[in-house]
Amino acid sequence: MTITLKNIRKAFKTNTVLEDVSLSVATGETLVLFGPSGAGKTVLLRLIAGVIEPDAGEIHVNGQNMAGVEPEDRGIGMAFQNFALFPHMDAFANIAAPLTARHQSKAVMKDTVEKVARLLKIDHVLHHKPKELSNGQKQRTALARALSAAPSILLLDDPLRNVDAKLRFEMRLELPRLLKDQNATVIYVTQDYKEAMALGHRIAVMNDHGIQQIGTPQDIYLSPANTDIARLFGDPVITLLDVVPERRAGQVVALISDTAIPLLEDYAPQIGQACILGLRPEALRFVSEDTPGAIPVEVEAETPLNEKTVTLALTLRGREIMVSRPAGTPGPTSGRAHIAVDAASAILFDRASGRRIAPVHKIIRKEEVA
Amino acid sequence: METTSPVERLLRGIAITLVCLFFMFPIVWIVLMSFQTNETILRVPPSVIFAPTLENYTALITGKLETQAGTLDIDFMGNLWNSLFLSTASVAIGLILGVPAAYAFARLKFRGSEDIAFTLLSFRFAPPLLVLLPLTIYFQQLGLANTYGGLIWVYQLIVLPLILWIVRGYFEDIPADIEYAYRIAGHDFWSTFRRIALPLAGPGIAAAGLLSFIFAWNNFVFALVLASADKQPVTVGALAFVTASGIQYGQVAAGIVLSIAPTFALALYAQRYLVEGLSLGAVKG
Repeated sequence: MTITLKNIRKAFKTNTVLEDVSLSVATGETLVLFGPSGAGKTVLLRLIAGVIEPDAGEIHVNGQNMAGVEPEDRGIGMAFQNFALFPHMDAFANIAAPLTARHQSKAVMKDTVEKVARLLKIDHVLHHKPKELSNGQKQRTALARALSAAPSILLLDDPLRNVDAKLRFEMRLELPRLLKDQNATVIYVTQDYKEAMALGHRIAVMNDHGIQQIGTPQDIYLSPANTDIARLFGDPVITLLDVVPERRAGQVVALISDTAIPLLEDYAPQIGQACILGLRPEALRFVSEDTPGAIPVEVEAETPLNEKTVTLALTLRGREIMVSRPAGTPGPTSGRAHIAVDAASAILFDRASGRRIAPVHKIIRKEEVA
Repeated sequence: METTSPVERLLRGIAITLVCLFFMFPIVWIVLMSFQTNETILRVPPSVIFAPTLENYTALITGKLETQAGTLDIDFMGNLWNSLFLSTASVAIGLILGVPAAYAFARLKFRGSEDIAFTLLSFRFAPPLLVLLPLTIYFQQLGLANTYGGLIWVYQLIVLPLILWIVRGYFEDIPADIEYAYRIAGHDFWSTFRRIALPLAGPGIAAAGLLSFIFAWNNFVFALVLASADKQPVTVGALAFVTASGIQYGQVAAGIVLSIAPTFALALYAQRYLVEGLSLGAVKG
C-alpha cells in the first residue's frame, strides 16, 4: 500500500500548521516523521487517518483519493501518543476492537488477540482494564490494537514518548523486526533522533509547517539540509563555527584559530562569503602538535558515553568544539591539545539562510542526470 | 495521617449532630405529623408524645378524606401516579433528545452552536409564569391543555437544558482521541457513539437524569395552570387538603412523606453519581 500526499495545507483558524506538504511512502517502507513539537507531525498523521480533513491538497492511499472516505473505511492501524485506550474495556477488548469491526468469529478473534499479545508480551494482562496497566503495558496494548487486524498501513504517533527509558530502549530494538514482520507501510512519528535513525528507511524532517528534508538516515546525518536539522540530529551535537572560506596556497580553506582547515575544492564558489562550518564530533580527532593543519585547543571536560568518549574543547578564541573518539582509546583529559579535521566530512552552511551549501560537483551531477 | 485529639473529635461530633438536626428536623417533624391526627398536631405546646395513627395514610390510599364537614373524595394515589408518569416520561424524552444534542454541542463545532446551547440554557432563567400565560392560550387552541403530552412537552423546559448542559460537560471530558481510535479501528460514527461516548458519559447521564427527575417531580406552576384534576401531580394535588373545614395537616404530612419517598430513595441510591455528575459535568461544561 502506498501513501501519497499532494500539496497538503491545513490551518486551525488563523494558525497554519501545514503548508504545501507533499510526500510519498512506498509499500513496505517505514517513513519516520521527525521534528520538534508543534511541527505538524501529529496533524499530518491524523489527516492520513481521516479524523481531520485537509484544507487543500489530496491524500492518496494506493492510488485512491481519500477525500470524503471515513476513517473506518481506510483500513489503517494507528497507535496514539497518549495511547487512547478505551477505559471501560479490558486489554483484550481493546486489542479486539479492530476485529469486532471486521465481524470476525469469536474463536478467530481470541486467537488473533492472543497471538499479538504474546508477541508484545502482554498476554498475562489481557483481562486488566487500562487503569490497572503500567505505562509500558498500556503502550504495548495500544500497539497491539493497531496491529491486531494486520492493517497494510500503520500510523504510529510517537508510541514510545510516554514510556520509561528502559522500555523505550527495548522497544527501539524490537520494533524494526515487528514492523518488518507486519510487512506494512509505516509512518512513524518521533521527536527522538535515535529512534528516527533506528527505525526509518527514510526520515522526513518537519519544521516550520512543512517537510524540510527527506532522505535516508545517513543522508540526513551526513548532509543535513540546514543548521537546524544538523543540530537536531546527533548526540553530542554538531559543532557549528562561523567561518569565511578563502584561498590559501591554491586550496580552499577555512580558518579556525588562525589554522587553515582544508575544505573540498567544490566549495570554491563560497570564497569570501559568510558561512557556517559544521563539524561532527567524529569528524575530529586528537593529533600530535606537528601534524599539518593541527588546531591548538584547550581541553575543558571529558564525558565518557557508553561506546564513545566525548571531549569538550575550546579553541584559542574560546569557541566550543566537541570531539568524540571510540571509548578506551587514549586521548588528552586536560590542558593543551591539538585536533585535526577530516576535510571530506566537514559540512558548509550559508550563514544568512542556514542552508547547507551543496558541493559543486554534486550539483553538476544532478544536472547531468536531468 | 494526623491524629485527632478526643476533644476535637467530640466537638466535631457535636457540630455534625447540630447540622444534621438543623437540616433533618423539618423532615422528621413531618414524618411525626403524618402519624398524628389534626388535634394532636395543633395542640399547644406541641409534643412528640402521642398515640400514633395510620388514619392519614389510609385516608390517602383509599381516597376518602374524613373531615368534620363530611367525607371528601381525593385522588391522591392518582396524583402520585401522575407525578411518576409525568416525571419519568419527561426525563425519558429529555434524555432521548438531550443526550445526542449534548454530544453534538460537545463535539461538532458548527456555526451558532454556542448560541443555540445558550438559548436552551436560558429557558431555565425565564420565570415560568411569564411563559405560561401565552402558552395556556396556545395549548387550549391546539388541544394540548390538560393532556399528558402537553405537560410532558412543557416539562422539557425544565428537563432538557439541565440534561443538555450536564451531559455536554461529560462528553467534552472524553478525550477525542479515544473516539478517533475506535473510528480508525473500523467502527462507524453511530457505534462509536453507542459503545464509546455513551458508556464513558454514563455517570453524567445518570446524574443529569436523576437531577432532572427531581426537578420535574417538584414542579408546581406548569401543572397548576395546564392540568385539571385528573392529570395533576402531587405538588398540585396537595392543594386538595385545604378544605372548607380547615387544613388537614395530618394528611398533608402523610402526602408529603409519600411524595418525597421516591425521589428521596432515588437520591440516596445515586447520591455518589449526583455529586460527581454536578461537580464534574456542570463546572467544566
